[in-house]
Amino acid sequence: MSRSVVAIAGNPNCGKTTLFNSLTGVHAKVGNYPGITVERREAALHLPDGRDAVLLDIPGTYSLSARTAEEQIAISAIAGLNRFQDPDAVIVVVDGTQLARNLYLALQVLELRLKVVVALNMCDVLEREGVTVDTDKLSEELGVAVVRVSAIRGDGIADLKEAVSNVLATDGVSHGVVQRLNGTVGSAVDAVMPEIPEGWSRGDDERRAALATWALLSLDEEDELWEVPEALRETVLRQRRLVEEAGEDLDLQVVSARYQWIDGACARVMGELPGALRRFTDAFDRVLISPIVGFPVFLLVMGMVFEALFTWSAPLIDIVSNVMSVFGESLGAVLPEGLLRDFVTDGLVAGVGAVIVFLPQILMLFLFISLMEDSGYMARAAFLMDRIMKAIGLTGRAFVPMLSGFACAIPAIMATRTMERRRDRMLTMMVVPIMTCSARLPVYTLIIAALYPAPDQAGGKIFGFFSLQALLMVAMYLFSTVLALVAAAVLGRTLFRGESSPLLLELPPYRWPSPFSVIRQMWERSRLFVTEAGTVILTCTIVLWVLLTFPRDLALSRDYAQEAVTIEVTGVAEGVPENAIIDQLSVLGGLEDAERLRASWGGRLGRTLEPVIAPLGFDWKIGVGLIGAFAAREVFISTMGVVYGMGDGVDEETVPLREHLQAEVWPDGRRVYTPLVGLSLMVFFALAAQCMSTLAVVKRETRSYRWPVFLFSYMTGLAWIASFCVYQGGRLLGYC
Amino acid sequence: MSHLLLSDLSPGASGVLNRVGGSRAYRRRLLELGFVPGTHLKLIRRLDVGNVLEVELRESRVSLRISEATVLELVTEETS
Repeated sequence: MSRSVVAIAGNPNCGKTTLFNSLTGVHAKVGNYPGITVERREAALHLPDGRDAVLLDIPGTYSLSARTAEEQIAISAIAGLNRFQDPDAVIVVVDGTQLARNLYLALQVLELRLKVVVALNMCDVLEREGVTVDTDKLSEELGVAVVRVSAIRGDGIADLKEAVSNVLATDGVSHGVVQRLNGTVGSAVDAVMPEIPEGWSRGDDERRAALATWALLSLDEEDELWEVPEALRETVLRQRRLVEEAGEDLDLQVVSARYQWIDGACARVMGELPGALRRFTDAFDRVLISPIVGFPVFLLVMGMVFEALFTWSAPLIDIVSNVMSVFGESLGAVLPEGLLRDFVTDGLVAGVGAVIVFLPQILMLFLFISLMEDSGYMARAAFLMDRIMKAIGLTGRAFVPMLSGFACAIPAIMATRTMERRRDRMLTMMVVPIMTCSARLPVYTLIIAALYPAPDQAGGKIFGFFSLQALLMVAMYLFSTVLALVAAAVLGRTLFRGESSPLLLELPPYRWPSPFSVIRQMWERSRLFVTEAGTVILTCTIVLWVLLTFPRDLALSRDYAQEAVTIEVTGVAEGVPENAIIDQLSVLGGLEDAERLRASWGGRLGRTLEPVIAPLGFDWKIGVGLIGAFAAREVFISTMGVVYGMGDGVDEETVPLREHLQAEVWPDGRRVYTPLVGLSLMVFFALAAQCMSTLAVVKRETRSYRWPVFLFSYMTGLAWIASFCVYQGGRLLGYC
Repeated sequence: MSHLLLSDLSPGASGVLNRVGGSRAYRRRLLELGFVPGTHLKLIRRLDVGNVLEVELRESRVSLRISEATVLELVTEETS
């Protein structure tokens, strides 16, 4: 016997996810719904009768009506439409403290003729406040089992499982509780019913009517629903017109009828709720979202997040990079010298290292995002920031993706999935990659440390107080944030013209975040980075290694092998200290690497690029670094290490690399890396779409090549223009 | 009977919903959240700087933009 599938549905913030975790334990499988990039979570559910089931998490929603493909998931997964599997039973989680609004969804599920169990959540709060809910009466009214639970305290979980077993073991299915509408609206439902595919209705007339009503509420001229038969769509639009011409209001009548039933039922089963139910939340909100204190507190919270992001994750990053370099060295010691060893240490290990070195910062940012979401503060942030976000053409919901963009664009782009309008989502996706992600940080660190005076050097302080280096770093963050907002404003008024969607936001009660849930979310988001970005970065690093390593059989200007032997032989004969010999050998090795690199495919590509990037102040070696940066921006640093013949074991803290940058000259003796070139280079890194993983994810999320190509062209074009202005403008002003 | 808009209410004031306007999509979502005519609405807070307000209906709370809450037409408590 195949395992039963039990779907669990509910309003956003009703405690569904907590209940999902209590029912199933730790191991959830996360994937995608068929044909659409919406996260699909499922986990094994062990039932008391020994039956094994799968619990499927339905995205939180207030209603089954849908306008977008993302909203359509709920109805498709619950009713088993099209490619979706039929659930054997459905648990509808209902927040007892907001019973009426939560029952609206339950009513829609009941109409679909399914095996339904209603989980009445927040019973602990109701008891504490002395509110009685007549569960038996509610069960009688709804015609299905109602189980009292408290997801947070874990109460009633066994009863809920029991009820699910019972409902699976019987044949009875639910019925709609609201009377069919008469009049024009009723006839519209009748007229649409024959167009409901047999595969949707399963030959059940009640279900057919429910789906016809769903179609009448959901379809219109602008919906983005998919796999809806053309004939059904035409009939719905025709019937809607007829209802309108008759001067009746279809949406209002359908929804009002449901709420009329709900209001009656609520009065029969439930006592009055005390007004003080939200006293803690209200007390906090009086401060946290008040006009005077709200914004300063918000800035303080953001400041704390970024402070933690950079100071707390630094030691972890050091540990990770040390472990990787020790790992690479010990592998290098085991493997025989040659191409394979080079590939493993310089290609493979370097690639893996490039991926995981970002993990500490990404984990840290997502820890804060999860904490803010679970505590309820994130909704307040959206509340406070909505006006600003809307002014630049985004919605308050774009706040989380934009914030995530400071860690990595990949999870940020995936976080746009919660937006209901395609226009909002596309716009956010197109500007999130401009935010200063953690991969740009090492590049900035290297350039700033190498080219600008430290606080203890001459000119290192501004107004004798601020560190120039620190100010530059802050300026780069501000620059990218402002540019992202400007880009949003411009794109929102041109390519993505149109109003952003109206705001409908719920400020859930404040809660202590549960450590388990926070860690799980933190991990699931970071995992996206490892799986999505990781594979692309790894591949690109390997391709890069090939580009910089081949061709091997070059006609070199000197016989390096012979010279090395000479150094060793004469050195030993003349009694030169061993260290000095090793130094000489490594200088020679560096020169050989540099010559090979110049002739390699990558080197040739860099030199081909030089005319294009010369107006920005970059030479061909920087060009090679920029090519390297397409794998991941920070690969720039290890590539520059190779370019300057220092091997790739360098990082942004490596002093010789900094000295090398300072010493590098053009053929005419001018310095390559002046502070002006450094600024131009940082501006280029801030804006250019140098991240294959981001482009790959945008391609997957938009299911089109157009958007990644557009993203790449506009960002890189903008980067070129901005760097050009910085460099040429700086020269005009007399800097060099 | 005096008509006013939800966006005109000050914090703590309440009214009974009389008419729901707006584009079809926004209106349907408002209706489904419980904004049906006859519903008792209470303004919890408004943040004019942020153009947002929070309203209570049927024991649940929803936040809307003040400029968009103009689609909700009320009859005030005292006169209805």
